[in-house]
Amino acid sequence: MREKIKKTGLLLSLLVFFLSSASWLLAGGDLLIKNATILTVTGNTIPNGDVLVINGVIKQIGQNLTAPAGVRIIEANGRYLMPGIIDTHTHIALSGTNEGTDAITPEVTMAEVVNADDTSIFTALSGGVTMVHTMHGSANVIGGTNVVLKLKWGKPSEELIVKEAYPTLKFALGENVKQSNRTLLPGRPQRYPATRMGANALIRSELMRAKDYMAAWDHYEQLKKSKNPPANLLPPRKDLRLETLADLLRGKLIARCHAYVAPEMIEFLNLSREFGFKIGAFEHAWEAYKITNELKAAGVGISVFIDSWAYKMEAAEGIAYNAAYCTQKGLLVSINSDSGERIRRLFNEAGKSVKYGLTQDEALKLITINAAKQLGVDRLVGSIEVGKQADLALFSQHPMSAYTRCEMTIIEGDVYFDREALLKERAAASTKKGGLS
Amino acid sequence: MKIKNMKVNRIKPVLLKNKNQLVFLAALLGLTLLSIYSFPFPAAAQTEDKAEVTAIVGAKIVPVTGPVIDSGSILIRNGRIADLGANISIPSGAKVIEAKGLIAYPGMIDSYSWLGLEEISGVRATVDNRETGRINPQVKAIEALRYDSMHIPIARANGIVAAVVVPSGGLISGQSTLVKLEGWTNREMVIKESLAMIIELPALRRSRGEFAGFGRQQPQVTTEKILDELRQIFQKARMYEKRREAARKNILLSPPDFDEASHFLLPVVKGELPVIFSVHADKDILQTIKFVQEEKIKAIFYGVEQGFKVAKEIKEAGIPCIIGSLYSLPPVWEDGYDALFLNPVILNQAGVKISFSSSSASTAKDLPYHAAKAAAFGLKPEEALKAVTIYPAEIFGVDKLMGSLEPGKTASIVLADGDLLELGTKIQKVFIDGKEVSLENRYTELLKKFEQREADK
Repeated sequence: MREKIKKTGLLLSLLVFFLSSASWLLAGGDLLIKNATILTVTGNTIPNGDVLVINGVIKQIGQNLTAPAGVRIIEANGRYLMPGIIDTHTHIALSGTNEGTDAITPEVTMAEVVNADDTSIFTALSGGVTMVHTMHGSANVIGGTNVVLKLKWGKPSEELIVKEAYPTLKFALGENVKQSNRTLLPGRPQRYPATRMGANALIRSELMRAKDYMAAWDHYEQLKKSKNPPANLLPPRKDLRLETLADLLRGKLIARCHAYVAPEMIEFLNLSREFGFKIGAFEHAWEAYKITNELKAAGVGISVFIDSWAYKMEAAEGIAYNAAYCTQKGLLVSINSDSGERIRRLFNEAGKSVKYGLTQDEALKLITINAAKQLGVDRLVGSIEVGKQADLALFSQHPMSAYTRCEMTIIEGDVYFDREALLKERAAASTKKGGLS
Repeated sequence: MKIKNMKVNRIKPVLLKNKNQLVFLAALLGLTLLSIYSFPFPAAAQTEDKAEVTAIVGAKIVPVTGPVIDSGSILIRNGRIADLGANISIPSGAKVIEAKGLIAYPGMIDSYSWLGLEEISGVRATVDNRETGRINPQVKAIEALRYDSMHIPIARANGIVAAVVVPSGGLISGQSTLVKLEGWTNREMVIKESLAMIIELPALRRSRGEFAGFGRQQPQVTTEKILDELRQIFQKARMYEKRREAARKNILLSPPDFDEASHFLLPVVKGELPVIFSVHADKDILQTIKFVQEEKIKAIFYGVEQGFKVAKEIKEAGIPCIIGSLYSLPPVWEDGYDALFLNPVILNQAGVKISFSSSSASTAKDLPYHAAKAAAFGLKPEEALKAVTIYPAEIFGVDKLMGSLEPGKTASIVLADGDLLELGTKIQKVFIDGKEVSLENRYTELLKKFEQREADK
């Protein structure tokens, strides 16, 4: 009987899981985009192509497609359709960025402080961005767990979270965690660590603690399962901080590490080998071009600025060739904004990499499929392919051109930004109130 | 002395055939000069002797002030453009630069930057653009300009040949300077040593979207009060001058004690030195226009984020506008997400003279992209190009010297493999005052260094 209940329960929960994970299939919108220059990213560019979206998923790509009755038709008139832009490193849509009181805070989770009302979401949409990896800040050596969001402006926070993405944990190294640019208030001691040595040592010690913690739990489970468990057997004390780090060591979490200079990246690679955890990408990685061999051997990609540099000492050797050169050396590279402003011109930032050696097609990947791969969502988004979610952005000219403008941003077949509609609204409002243009 | 040198120049072509004769004449002239001025001008005489002609041949030429020439040549002599056109003859012996497939543009002018005053913004020891205190008309950007800043060759490699370098902070921040991006010392770079006084009026509301703690603080004082304060400061300077003048004429009167602020504001109140007002909100712009008219001073506006709301008034006042960085969010959300991009478009359409600025040191190289951003939102591409070349030259009163490709102007020319404002365009050659300058920079040096690592293997 008990077995039966267990089984039905399992079946039921499976069903619920299936329904909930498949709910987007039913929730998404229907659209037919006609006569677009389709930048598929993973395949060839299709001039004058149509994209049919049903239930938020790309159903068909081709020419002269027809829409089922009632489906909205968007005439692209030769304008450029690209996959929705993915920003692999930002801090928008959060009601907190840094739990900066302590150098080690892996127990905090960004998913719990998602702020769906942040106007930065709309700002990002106006630049064709549909997905963000929004992260804990870099004040701490070990920050918190990050979250991936779709920018469904107007929807509640829970509906923004992308559950399929890799769960990631923020690490940070260098000047921010050393607090080297901070003026200490009188009477306040300098926080440990104040050097790169200390930062590395601190990570090592915390991970050793986490290992001990895991061993203690393993020991407890072993004893509990044994034939004659001791009568006074007590479980170890739960520690959320160490629990998160244990998840990292178990491979359930992936490290994303804020690092600028080459030695700190090399040493973090060593730590990952020493403890056997996985690194998703180095963030900023201004000196990655100096150690492409090491990064490639470790299979670790980078999430970088194109040319925002020289704002602190560790960014003084950040060259604008970094993204292009590392791409050419075979690293997985994405361009991030790390800003609620830069996010709306991420396509311009990617476009600059053409000057430094990439083709326009390669440049496009930096903010689409590469970013999707780094977040573990490349089977869902990041390119225009049949079966993928219809996260799309329409541009007036080639998105890698300086003269382009985002016209429309679509997530799962629903239009979240429409410049033309906005201008109409604005015109109507201005005749009513006599306001601005 | 300049006239004397010109004479050499004119006589030279006739005598060029006979080198001995030329040497003789030069010696004779040198002696004459020595006898008159007891100063021989050796450097000047040398360059004049060479009179080397450089010819850029086969380029598409975008003069900016005239029609595009699909394929033509540019002659450079003595650092100036001697001639340009589709069918000009190349003098024998000219140094020929083959430019087929390239486009020749006038070099760009950054209208507001911190080039040479700020190396690494987060390292205070490398930052020289912000003096302490509020009233600093005595400080001059040129005197702190780090001519071998790593940001200058990067800007140059992106086609920028000149920049206005400004002090900032406080109310009266100091004197800006206009420099070319070439020279072995700060003084060698000077185009206009003292270009304009910088006055910063209160900023608009803190922009949204910035993370907590990174935005500017909301100012507590209104622009009205600030302008009242400026009126008093200007009035004091005028009185100071009056008293000084009176004392000069009347031996019985004692001159006033030296007053630093008044002294260095004199060129401003006399209407000789323009003021660049950093001004942002529409109401503040209107008040500042009134202030400028009442005080009878020359003014240029900078920032002007809400200029589009009062474009007509700015046009009527005849005040040119330097657009602030477009890498910024509209300070007032209600203005619309694209307010900053539309602002230059609307100002330009209203007939206001605009120019773009990087408002930066480390990303001064992005100047062309600011112009292109406005073009993406409706500014005509030709106007966008003018707003980084001839318009700033006109605004700063150096349009006889630079800003377009025309005979007589300094040969500050950029050869690009595509549209000057486009992101993927690579700049192939840059000439400043007729001299081809190096395009090597921090980026290329470090790249080369670490490419070597691969080569070593």
